[in-house]
Parts: sequence; C-alpha cells; structure tokens
Amino acid sequence: MNHTDNHPANSDHGHDPFLAHHFSSHRQQYEAGKLGMWIFLLTEILLFGGLFCAYAVFRANRPEVFLWAHRFLDKPLGALNTAVLITSSLTMALAVRSAQLDRPRRSAFFLVLTLLCATAFLGVKYVEYKHKWEDGLLWVRQFRPVESAAVSHDAEAADQQPRHAGIFFSIYFAMTGLHAVHVLAGMAAVGWVLVRTLRGHFNSQYFGPVDYVGLYWHLVDLIWIYLFPLFYLIH
Amino acid sequence: MTHHSQHNTQPTSNSHERGSLHVVPASVLLAVFAALLVLTFLSWAATWVDLGVWNLWLAMGIATVKAGLVALYFMHLRYDPSFYALVLAVALLFVLLFVCLTLLDAVEYYPDIHAMTQG
Repeated sequence: MNHTDNHPANSDHGHDPFLAHHFSSHRQQYEAGKLGMWIFLLTEILLFGGLFCAYAVFRANRPEVFLWAHRFLDKPLGALNTAVLITSSLTMALAVRSAQLDRPRRSAFFLVLTLLCATAFLGVKYVEYKHKWEDGLLWVRQFRPVESAAVSHDAEAADQQPRHAGIFFSIYFAMTGLHAVHVLAGMAAVGWVLVRTLRGHFNSQYFGPVDYVGLYWHLVDLIWIYLFPLFYLIH
Repeated sequence: MTHHSQHNTQPTSNSHERGSLHVVPASVLLAVFAALLVLTFLSWAATWVDLGVWNLWLAMGIATVKAGLVALYFMHLRYDPSFYALVLAVALLFVLLFVCLTLLDAVEYYPDIHAMTQG
C-alpha cells in the first residue's frame, strides 16, 4: 500500500509500526541493524583488546609473577563459570530461534533461562571476589595475602613473593571486572528484549532486536572463553 | 516531486522480504553446546600435564576453537553473508597488530627498565 507523507506525525501510519520509514523492507532493516551491531562488537573487541595487551606485556616481561600468583584463583569455580556462560549462550541462541519461528512464549522462556545463567555467573564472581577481599588478594600495593590464601597448596606456595605480585591482581580485577560490567549491561538488554517479547512485538518477520542482543551476549561469552585460560589455567 | 515511500504492510510469502532466511536447527545448537563443554573440560585437563611453554599455546588453541564454534554457529556467521565475518576478522586483525607491535617494544626495552629498577 503506497502512501504519501501527508499524514499527521502521531497517527497510525497504516503500516507496520516496527518497520522504520527509511527501510523498504523488514529484510533490509534487519540487515542494517545486524551490521550496526557487528560494528559495535568490533569496538568492544578493541576495548578488551587493550586490556589483553596489558596482560600480554606483563606476562611477557614478568612470567614469574603470573606463575606464582595464579594459584590464588579457584579453577573449579572458573570452569563452572565458563560452563554457565556457555549454557547462557545456548539458551540465548534458542531464544532467537524461537522468535524467528513465531514462538514468543518459548522465546521468553529461553530469555528467562539466559538471565538465570547470568545471575549464577555473577553470583560465583561475587563469591570469588569476596574470597579475594578476605584473603588480602587485591591490586598492586593492596596485595597482602594472608597465610591461608593460596587455594592450590603446592610446595611453591611458600616461595617468596615476587616483586610486583599485585600486578597480576590489578589485571585480573580490571579484566574480570570490566567483563562483569558487560554481563550486567547484557542482562539489562536481555530484560528489555524479554519485556518486548512478552508484549508480542516480535514475529518471524521482525525479530532483529532479539538477534542483536544475542550477538552481544555471545561476545560476552567469547571474551570469557579467553579470560578463563589466561587467568585460571596458567600452569 | 514528493517522494513516495513504499512499505510492506502485509507479510509476503516472497522469501526476499522475510527476515533471516535461515533458522539454525536446534540439534546443531545442542551439538555445538556439547562440544563447547567438552573443550572446556579438555582445556582444564590439559593443566594436569606439564608441557612447558606449550601449555599456554594449547590453552589458547582450545579457546580459539571454542570461540570459532560460538562465532560460526551461535552468532550465525556460518549461514550469514560473509561481510559480517569480515567485520569480525578486521577487529581481530587490529587487536593482533596492537598486541604484537606493543610486545615488540615492551620486550625490547624491558631489560633496560628492569636494570633501572634494580639499581
């Protein structure tokens, strides 16, 4: 149905309210939005890239600090968190799929599961951070480990602390902290998409926002997939 | 001359007007999920074996395989127009450039810095 621009600004335009004027089809709108999200993900990758660079520089120059300090991190908790985020990526992908297949209730169900996984992830991080605080395992000069601090009790735990050992925890808190902020922001975005799903906005023609939030969420998972071995699996 | 904008007011069955043409089968998503969990366990198990400097590269290699699975299947790159994959590749290329060039500098001049802080 053609129409001219001679309609009041706030009237029902006689077309799909979720198809913006400057797009000729839902497909075009979807692809434009998807490209926009990918470009945003590019900026996020470069953001974390800066911190990965800091990690690389310190690890290249002070490997003994990393080899000594990693024992304070809890491998099982790190592995659990990795599994939790991978599960949340699955539920998010299933939510997008359900939206594409015109199943909004199922999509909402998977979005809720995604939020639950995210909450579990943050819960584990809270437990870890709390332990760090109690054991005096903080950043740079605040790094004063108590006697019982080391999680893995091997013979080298009694070794003298290398100089600048707190740098490991500076980088640890900066990277996992920034990541946790991204998890929080992702939860807000997933919550927003959940509300819109419950209001019946999405269907097989229009599901872009679910897809874009999904892409962001998978990136959050991707970043953790690299953080996990870099911090928890140092041998 | 007024510009007439055309809108699709009804969903058409013309596949060019639908959203994404491709829906990932749930079985594929579940298979990728299982593979990711197995790879996570593998990377954890690899720390039980001492391979010296190769431990780090093995861990990074497994992480990259996991990342590839997430990108290709969960993020739909396998089924999408390749331009999105190009955007991702460009991002990774520039991070690589960033890290490598910085490392060149840092490793080159670290002995001098270390000598200054010791003295």
